[in-house]
Amino acid sequence: MLLEIAQTFVATCRDVFPVLALIAGFQFIILRQPIPHLRQVVVGFGFVLIGLTLFLVGLEKALFPLGKIMATQLSAPEFVFGTKIVPDNPEWWAYGWVYIFAALIGFATTIAEPALIAVAYKAYHVSGGTISQWGLRLVVAFGVAIGIALGTFRIVTGTPLFLYIAAGYIIVVIQTIFAPKAIIPLAYDSGGVTTSTVTVPLVAALGLGLSATIPGRNPALDGFGLIAFASLFPIITVMGYAQFTRWWSGVRRKFTKER
Amino acid sequence: MAEKTERRYLILALLRSFFRKLKEALSDLLPIIVVITVFQLAILRQPFPELLEVLMGVALVVIGLMLFVQGLEMGLFPIGEALAVAFARKGSLVWLLIFGFGLGFSTTVAEPALIVITREAAKVAAQGDIIASGENARASYALGLRLTVAVSVGLAIAIGIVRILRGWPVHYLIIAGYMIVVLMTLLAPEEIVGIAYDSGGVTTSTVTVPLVTALGVGLASSIRGRNPMVDGFGMIALASLFPMIFVMAFGMIVFGIKVAW
Repeated sequence: MLLEIAQTFVATCRDVFPVLALIAGFQFIILRQPIPHLRQVVVGFGFVLIGLTLFLVGLEKALFPLGKIMATQLSAPEFVFGTKIVPDNPEWWAYGWVYIFAALIGFATTIAEPALIAVAYKAYHVSGGTISQWGLRLVVAFGVAIGIALGTFRIVTGTPLFLYIAAGYIIVVIQTIFAPKAIIPLAYDSGGVTTSTVTVPLVAALGLGLSATIPGRNPALDGFGLIAFASLFPIITVMGYAQFTRWWSGVRRKFTKER
Repeated sequence: MAEKTERRYLILALLRSFFRKLKEALSDLLPIIVVITVFQLAILRQPFPELLEVLMGVALVVIGLMLFVQGLEMGLFPIGEALAVAFARKGSLVWLLIFGFGLGFSTTVAEPALIVITREAAKVAAQGDIIASGENARASYALGLRLTVAVSVGLAIAIGIVRILRGWPVHYLIIAGYMIVVLMTLLAPEEIVGIAYDSGGVTTSTVTVPLVTALGVGLASSIRGRNPMVDGFGMIALASLFPMIFVMAFGMIVFGIKVAW
C-alpha cells in the first residue's frame, strides 16, 4: 500500500511537473513579478499533489476494481438471461439493470469529480452566489446519468453513434439560441469537465464489457463513444435548467401580478 | 495568558474548518459509495471481497479529495488568477498566447487517460489492417495521435485567450466547431470517429481545469468591458472540441478520406 502511494505520488509529480515548470519559467523570466502569498501557494500545490495521490490510490484500491467487476457481471449473459448463451437479437429491455447501473454510476462519479467541484466553486463565486455549487453539480450529474444510460442503450441496440451525437448537437444549438446568455459558456464548460479522473475508467469498463458480451458488437468500435455521451448531455441539462428557472420565475411573476 | 487563548482559538478554528472539509468530501463521495454498496449487496447479492482493503481505499479517497479541494483554494486558483493579472498588466499578447499554448500542450501530452486511449486506438487500427501490425508502427501511430491531441488543446487554449480579449461570444466558435465535427464525421474513417469523440472528453485533467478556469476568469475580470461569467468560462469547452476535429483530420490524413457515409 505504501509502495503504491509512493509510486502514484511520483507519477502525479511527473504529470504536474511540466505545468509547474511552465508557470515558474514565465514567472521568473517573462513576467518577473513576485507571486502574492507565495508560501500559501506552495503549500497549496503540495496539498494538491498529496491529495490527488491519495485520491487516485484510493480509487484504484477500492472503487475501480469493484465498479469494473460490477460492470462485467451486470452485462454477463448469466445475469441478464440466466443462461450462458445470448440470444441472437437480444431485446433491449433485457438489459434494464445495466441502464439503471449506468445512470446511477454516471451520476455518482460526476458528483465525486474534482474538476467539476473546481468549476462549480468558481461559478458560485463569479456569479455572486446565484449559481449554487451543489445545484450546478446535481444538474450536471443528472445530464451525465442520462447520457451514459442512453449510451449503453445505443451499444445494446447497435444504432450508429453518429446519429445520437448529431441529434444532441442540434438540441444544443437550438437551446443556445433561447437560453439565458450568461449560462451558455458555463454550460459548455461543464460538458468538458465531467469526464476525467473518476468517471472515465468506470464508464470505459462498462462500454467495453457490454460490447464484448453482445453478439455482433465489436468492442474496439462500439466500446468507444460513451465518454462523448457523458460530455454532451450535461450541456443540454445545464442550459435546460437555466431555461426552466427563467420560465418558472416568469410564470410566478405573472401569477403574483394577476393576484 | 492572552496569547494562550489566542492559540487555542486558532487551533479550534483549524479543527472546525478541517471537519467541515471532511464532511464536504464525505458528502461528495456518498453517492458513489451508496451505488456500489447497493448493487453489490442487493442486486448482484455478493459479499464485498477484501472488505478491509476497500474501506481503507475509501478513507484514502475521502482524505485525498479533502486535501485537493484545500489545495485548490490555496494554490491553484490564486496562481491562475495572479498569472492572469500579471499578463494583463504586462500587456504582451504574444507571451500570453505562448503561455496558453504551452499550458494546454504540456498538461495534455502526459495525460494518463490519453495515453491509454491512444494505445487502445493503435490496437484497433492494427486489427483493422489500417496500419502495419508491428510494434513500431503501433507506437508511432499512438504517439502521432497523442501529439495531435496535445497540439489541438494548446491551440484551443490560445484561441480561447484571444476570444476573451476580443470578447467573441463562445457559442459562435462552439457551434461552428460542432458543424465541422459533424461534417468531418461523414468523411472520416469509421475507426477514428469513436476515438475522436472520446479524445475530446479525456483531455481536461484535474489539474488543468482549475488552472485554465482561474486564468480565464482572471483575464476576463482584469480587462475592462469583459464579464467574468460570460467571457471567463468557455475555455474548457474549446479544449474538448478541438481534439475531435484534429483527431479526425489526423485519421483522414493517415487513412485517407472515406467517400460517402
